[in-house]
Amino acid sequence: MSDPMNDIRASFFIECEELLEGLFDALQTMSDGSADDETINVAFRAVHSIKGGAGAFALDQVVSFAHHFETAMDDVRSGKLAPSDDLVQLFFRCGDILSDLVRAARDETTVDAALVDPVLEELGKYSTSPDSGEAEEEISDFQPLTLDLGDLGAPADGADDDFDALLASLPPLPSDDEPQEPVARTVVFRPEPELYKSGNEPLFLLRSLGELRPSAVRLDFDPDSAPGARMTWTVEFDDPVKCEMVEEVFEFVQGLCTLSFGSDASPRESVPAEEAAGTFAPADLPMDKIPEPASPTSDVAPPLATIDPAATDEDGPAEATTAMPGGAPKGGAAPKNMASPTVRVDLSRVDRLVNLVGELVINQAMLSQSVAQSSLGSNTAITSGLEEFLQLTRDIQESVMMIRAQPVKSLFQRMSRIVREASAAVGKKVVLTTDGENTEIDKTVIERLADPLTHMIRNAVDHGLEKTEDRQAAGKPAEGQVRLSASHKSGRVVIEVSDDGGGINRPKVRQIAIDKGLIPEDAALTDGEIDQLLFMPGFSTATTVSNLSGRGVGMDVVKNAITALGGRISITSHAGKGTTFSISLPLTLAVLDGMVVSVAGEALVMPLNAIVETLTLDGESVRRLGPNSNVVLVRESFVPLLDLGVELGYRAPKENYAGAIALLSGQEDGHRAALVVDSIEDQRQVVIKGIQDSYGRVPGVAAATILGDGQIALILDPSDLIQNSSGQSRAPANIEAV
Amino acid sequence: MSISVLAVDDSRTMRDMITLALKDEGFEIHLAEDGQHGLEVLEDIAPDVIITDINMPRLDGFGFIDAIRDRSQTKHTPILVLTTESSAELKARARDSGATGWIVKPFAQDKLIRALRMVAG
Repeated sequence: MSDPMNDIRASFFIECEELLEGLFDALQTMSDGSADDETINVAFRAVHSIKGGAGAFALDQVVSFAHHFETAMDDVRSGKLAPSDDLVQLFFRCGDILSDLVRAARDETTVDAALVDPVLEELGKYSTSPDSGEAEEEISDFQPLTLDLGDLGAPADGADDDFDALLASLPPLPSDDEPQEPVARTVVFRPEPELYKSGNEPLFLLRSLGELRPSAVRLDFDPDSAPGARMTWTVEFDDPVKCEMVEEVFEFVQGLCTLSFGSDASPRESVPAEEAAGTFAPADLPMDKIPEPASPTSDVAPPLATIDPAATDEDGPAEATTAMPGGAPKGGAAPKNMASPTVRVDLSRVDRLVNLVGELVINQAMLSQSVAQSSLGSNTAITSGLEEFLQLTRDIQESVMMIRAQPVKSLFQRMSRIVREASAAVGKKVVLTTDGENTEIDKTVIERLADPLTHMIRNAVDHGLEKTEDRQAAGKPAEGQVRLSASHKSGRVVIEVSDDGGGINRPKVRQIAIDKGLIPEDAALTDGEIDQLLFMPGFSTATTVSNLSGRGVGMDVVKNAITALGGRISITSHAGKGTTFSISLPLTLAVLDGMVVSVAGEALVMPLNAIVETLTLDGESVRRLGPNSNVVLVRESFVPLLDLGVELGYRAPKENYAGAIALLSGQEDGHRAALVVDSIEDQRQVVIKGIQDSYGRVPGVAAATILGDGQIALILDPSDLIQNSSGQSRAPANIEAV
Repeated sequence: MSISVLAVDDSRTMRDMITLALKDEGFEIHLAEDGQHGLEVLEDIAPDVIITDINMPRLDGFGFIDAIRDRSQTKHTPILVLTTESSAELKARARDSGATGWIVKPFAQDKLIRALRMVAG
């Protein structure tokens, strides 16, 4: 069984991410100038809650930084500091550092002080509190309390030993003689009327005092005093008790009662507070300020007789409990209130559910197939029941997939930091706008999108946007725009990164590709093809590798990462207006709508969203360019013809493709190809079963699945097939028909 | 008989910590996310003691305590304030607002239980 503290720790870090998200939202609102009072409160609370939780886990670095951050924000909140642009920008940086600190704490690493200190120093400049020492002192309060309980938590038996030792070493003098450890043998406690109003109850205080093992308790009643102040308890101890421990019991009522200590074993009948060897400074007591005689005593029922010490034991008599103020009914039918309408579930459980539903889909498909092949008519109860079953299975599947879906908001927020850092590094003014933050996508996709997206954003700032002077020269606003958007488009999520920079410098890109030997010098390339060069391995346009985007990672790595997620990436660029990178991703990684085809006796699955249309080829439209190199005329445009049987090594090329069936596959970048198959079997949802773990990366194959009849079929990766096809270099895509 | 506690804090971590500290110690725990939610919960239950954070959305701790003291059913219900600072000023403010006592965050389990027993028996 897992340690509950570890669970809470893990949950704390999740909460931190949510709080940081809220913090950045609020800061963004402040930065936009549309903040109200509550905005800064939200930001403050986020940092405050992180500090509070971090304190519980003794994450000192987080606590200390959050404290300074929070102090500055509190000053803004209280109006001592104006939220200037510079300050809000500093808050952003503080938020970044706080994120780093939280994540470092989560991963049990530390953050280099060289990163933290400059920001703290900046914050210090805004400090309105001249007494910085006080802040440090407060921080020292954040020790885990297990330490500070020490002697207070010691069992009474141990305390006795302490006292014996103490008594042996000291004559029984008045406690004042030993200022370090004042002790008392008599404690006199006289509540003020205010004490009852605060919700405190003398009985409970006395019971707590009972744990210090008094020998006798006496109650004096003075009818002449003000109501609520008529009772005085005198508690005697055979062995001297530390005043500090008594004060601990009366901590909450300090100032609401008269508490005095005596060293005498048998004090006088009534000990006037002023005369007793007091430790609570009388100045703290509102002795002269007797409140309205609201007669709070009528609401409580303090025992009127001398309390037997036994009654002060923890498991005291029943009436002790009924004397509680407020007389709250206990236990019984009171419903437990859930704090939140959300339930947090271990991800492995969700994944198990996803897997099981996947099996259910397969099972359902097998059943449908058996029924279809049986002699049952199409109007029987079985077939109609099966229809409903199919619908339900689909619904369940969608619902289960939704569990894994998360809004891309958290991902986008991380990107705003990337923009801040990147723009500062290259000295450009950049504004990031985001759109469609609530678009949901599979959690794993979001996690694995962070790196490629980071790289794309850096690229947009570093390469996409022109230098400020160049922008102004071109009549554009000095401030560059980077836009990040997410939206649903025909069953996929499309994420776009666009900038309003100068667009891709195509002659330059082309020249670089030639210099690097990526393309022949006389290659005739369309604009789209030149743009595609950016994705080629080993391509980098930066003349000098900046430490910003040139981290040895090119767009080819970005592309591979996107492809691995079942996604596609494309570019559109307009000279002088900017560039847009568009990523199209599947909603989920677990299921796929596919077309089951047969090639050389093998069942294969083609992702449905990659198929534009199906064709039956006639002899006229197929043109032979060379051995194993054909194109097909589709609506006045030549498209390369790829024989899947050949591409996958199942068989030799056919002599004649007339009459063959082909799937026209379209890519995000406009590349198309006609893929020849032997027959189309079915169109259905398949559950994706990864093969990478077992077989590594297989060219042209994305995954595998189990069909309704139990047969295993490979799921094809059309974009990989088309781009790495054997005929590709000889038959450039998209040749316009003359 | 178990002591019923209403713990009000906008931080899930803090609610979890309170729950963990009290659940096996004979307390019946009710939770709320902020003062407003706390008042809604109080419509259904009458806890023996209320623990509340100060900085919360919608209705903060001070407003929550005011509202508790205004209701006849909870006028005398002990209230412990959760505070991250142990400064005398904050304690005085908590007291003035009608709180019964306070717990300095981060708290140790025994300290929390002690404080609860001190105000609720």
